Amino acid sequence: MTHTTDTHTDLDCKGLLCPLPVYRAAQAMGKLAPGQMLRIECTDRGSLEDFPAFARQRGHTLLSAEDRGSVQVFLIKKGGDR
Amino acid sequence: MTTVTAAPAPSVAPRHEQATRPRRLALVASKGTLDGAYPPLILAATAASLGWEVGIFFTFYGLDILHRKKHRKLKVPPLGNPAMPVPMPNLLGALPGMTAAATAMMRRWMKRAGLPDVATFLDMMRESGVRLYACSTTMGVMGVEANDLVDGVTIAGAAAFLDFAAEADVSMFV
Repeated sequence: MTHTTDTHTDLDCKGLLCPLPVYRAAQAMGKLAPGQMLRIECTDRGSLEDFPAFARQRGHTLLSAEDRGSVQVFLIKKGGDR
Repeated sequence: MTTVTAAPAPSVAPRHEQATRPRRLALVASKGTLDGAYPPLILAATAASLGWEVGIFFTFYGLDILHRKKHRKLKVPPLGNPAMPVPMPNLLGALPGMTAAATAMMRRWMKRAGLPDVATFLDMMRESGVRLYACSTTMGVMGVEANDLVDGVTIAGAAAFLDFAAEADVSMFV
């Protein structure tokens, strides 16, 4: 599910609907240290609204949200978790 | 003389005693249909993912969601459900086999969409620390025993749930 590179961890949520992308992102974030980054690929249209909300609620920083039409890509930096 | 034992300490410290205050969601799940089971489970899984404390009070037909056997057999009733996208008069939903057909159709859609089944959602609830309250009045009315329920539930009355819900930021009856 997740794949880690030098700069970030990748999470593939393509084909998943709410609540799974946010649920899996929360699980993946739980394994990261503050400051580390998670990159998420989604196909659930709701994710464009959901991931900014997820970052806000969790105290993470949404670095980028990209709508590529068929896929949405998010880069989130882990904050001090709450 | 009657001996009164001390009340057990509340399982959650009152809000004003907590240093940091996570948000809290309190849900009442009252429906025992397949389509009725999903909204509270989805909201609960999401809220837990956002770092919130979550409690769900399963009452009346909603208790079937926690029933060891019944939660795998929840149904979609086409009768009285004009939103059911079946190209036939709604009254035909009363015919034998129509509930089974509608349920099979819904399960097929959910599977195609990759939505987890109710059993998997219950695992997610336990994994993320969601409090599952089984309504004791419903158990008494419906003749449900503790060992009829899935693991990890708290059997409680309304007072215990309201104690949790009193300091919720979001409460919903679904």
